[in-house]
Amino acid sequence: MKYQDEYRNRELVQGLAAHLENLVAGYAGTMTFMEVCGTHTMSIYQYGLRGLLPAQVRLISGPGCPVCVTPNSYLDKAIACCRIPGVVVATFGDMLRVPGTSSSLMEERAKGADVRIVYSPLDAVKLAATNPQLKVVFLGVGFETTAPTIAGSILAARQQGLGNFFVLAAHKTMPVPMAALASDPELAISGFICPAHVSTIIGADAYQPLARDYQRPCVITGFEPADVLQGVAMLAAQVVAGESRVEIQYSRAVKPQGNPKARAILDEVFAPCDAEWRGLGMIPGSGLAIREEFASFDAERMLPLTPELSREPTGCRCGDVLKGKITPFDCPLFEQTCTPEAPVGACMVSTEGTCAAAYKYGR
Amino acid sequence: MCLGVPMQVVSVDGTDAVAEIDGVRRDASLMLLDEEVKVGDYVIVHAGFAISKLDEAEALETLAIMRDIFDPEDMA
Amino acid sequence: MNDDLILLGHGSGGVLSHKLLSDLIIPALSGTPLSGQDDAAVLNIDAGRIAFTTDSYVVDPIFFPGGNIGSLAVNGTVNDLAMVGATPLYVSCGLIIEEGFSRKELSAIVTSMRQAADLAGVRIVTGDTKVVPRGKADRIFINTAGIGAFVTGQPLSGANAKLGDKVIVSGTIGDHGIAVMAAREGLSLATEIQSDCAALNGLVNEMLAMAGDSLRVLRDPTRGGVATTIKEIAVQSAVTITLDEAALPVDPAVRGVCSILGLDPLYVANEGKLLAVVAPAAAEALLERMRQHPLGKNSAIIGEVATAGVGKVQMKTAVGGVRSVEMLAGEQLPRIC
Repeated sequence: MKYQDEYRNRELVQGLAAHLENLVAGYAGTMTFMEVCGTHTMSIYQYGLRGLLPAQVRLISGPGCPVCVTPNSYLDKAIACCRIPGVVVATFGDMLRVPGTSSSLMEERAKGADVRIVYSPLDAVKLAATNPQLKVVFLGVGFETTAPTIAGSILAARQQGLGNFFVLAAHKTMPVPMAALASDPELAISGFICPAHVSTIIGADAYQPLARDYQRPCVITGFEPADVLQGVAMLAAQVVAGESRVEIQYSRAVKPQGNPKARAILDEVFAPCDAEWRGLGMIPGSGLAIREEFASFDAERMLPLTPELSREPTGCRCGDVLKGKITPFDCPLFEQTCTPEAPVGACMVSTEGTCAAAYKYGR
Repeated sequence: MCLGVPMQVVSVDGTDAVAEIDGVRRDASLMLLDEEVKVGDYVIVHAGFAISKLDEAEALETLAIMRDIFDPEDMA
Repeated sequence: MNDDLILLGHGSGGVLSHKLLSDLIIPALSGTPLSGQDDAAVLNIDAGRIAFTTDSYVVDPIFFPGGNIGSLAVNGTVNDLAMVGATPLYVSCGLIIEEGFSRKELSAIVTSMRQAADLAGVRIVTGDTKVVPRGKADRIFINTAGIGAFVTGQPLSGANAKLGDKVIVSGTIGDHGIAVMAAREGLSLATEIQSDCAALNGLVNEMLAMAGDSLRVLRDPTRGGVATTIKEIAVQSAVTITLDEAALPVDPAVRGVCSILGLDPLYVANEGKLLAVVAPAAAEALLERMRQHPLGKNSAIIGEVATAGVGKVQMKTAVGGVRSVEMLAGEQLPRIC
């Protein structure tokens, strides 16, 4: 397929690996790069890219899987939604297995709740339009890539005059927690592999403070294996040269200014708010809430939710994994009580989660 | 996060398009795009929305840089 | 009154049951008016050793491109028998039908069961039909059991893989699972992908005739896909198997759906494919023979038994990396973000 196969070419990948090896040959220390996006994490595991990296280069996985950073309290609300008679919860497939405090959507479905997997939030709008007797609640999770699609769906529902389409919103934004991680003295991050598709929306400027104020090189990198190796090589070159800039490796899809129209639609429907991140805690200004004008589409405002008292799981070190402080193998629960079949923390739940990827591909 | 795939646009009707990858077709909304999208263009589709139009010149440029990098001395 | 509906009374054992059996099920399945009237089928089998298997089918949707729950129920059981090296002979048919199900659809299902049985050369010799109240089953469930005989040769087992053996897959992977998933509402994907649902005993016969004892293991990678089945073989045989990602045959459209939904074709179900572990000296010739067969034309050598011990599977990725392959955990869900 065009725009995929070219960047999965074996010779190209091997060549880039050799280039990277040469680039860091004279470098004495270790460079630690954090990929903040779960799809990068998946790509690195799936193609076995770690084995192609020189010894001086270490990759760690950050908080870039929306399912992983969604706290129990959100899941408990989603579960409360699907327990209301006449409510259908529509969601991306990833959310089904995520444990809340004492249940999960999959468990609720087994007990009779109507939980449906959709590919697009527009499918949920269609579901609401064709079933006026039901209340359809879409679970709005995701970063700046996904938030505009939810905003667009709310606009579509308003245009169609639907009174039975709601969103339970827990969107998060990316650069804010990256700054929090960059300023954490316990974490020695040499640079960021910046997310590919988030950046199609927010553009390159959003990372300027990281490069300028925190002296962390940033490279917006595509998801194909050759993209990842080239992105890492661009980061390594900056480190070797002692520079700190924002560069775009994934220039076929990401423009410096991003996608202004998608951002405008996002801003029309959502306003920044404080948000709780699993493992990272409350980060001011890192979330998106549905604006007052669109309150009639907000599940939290419109539905009588009575979630249980939320607790985060004990012993789970998802937070440290998300921060890149430890690898999954360092967590005492990993492979013991926490497995993809019976996940404790959300990093094991999503196939993109650091722990699930490590379990599946990394041993 | 943010799984998106490059798909080729096969029909356009206002902001509604149909896009294809490897013979698989799916509706894709163009409402998030500023640029004009024509049949034959490639877009990144995420959750049923085109979020970015792919730039062929940039794609070829990236490939050229990748190839140039490792040609002579690196592989020696 | 709508005479297309299956009613609770059709499972009561009384007159309605008899009418459903004699009007619809028996004519379709056996074609002989007398069969199915006694409490058990009486069979003659000239073999000292038989294979016996059972499987239940609950697929949703029940009609999908390339087959339906009926053809799947026959082929699945035929294949389970073929994978141990037995010649499939007889199949049973247990139907659990939800009240209100359509007679027309039931007729289509049992007709395709008969067609699948004829194609595979097996007979459906006994069965049972129950009707449960609405909501107690999802439209229709089918259980089939099957008996096969060992005419010649020894039973095959997943524990027989040996160092140096080659691993062959009989065609493109993931077709069934993706055809079924794409047909489900909610995802709205338009594809031409057909399920690979087929009986493999004909192909297996040819493979056994040619390779004999060199054929060490046969398995059909159904739920859990190729990854899970290969891992099972590695564990059972206590060997490490290495797979070559570049050699894996994947239909482009299956790859496309997998890209869109974030799935890995290695974990997607197949219903008409087999994995063979074969001695290295016999591998190339067997591969050529498999490619002559209509159900094996895309066969490929995808890996080998690299080391004795441990029960691991490793994949050489298409770009030259290495990753380990584990069993599927839970169900594979479409992901997006």
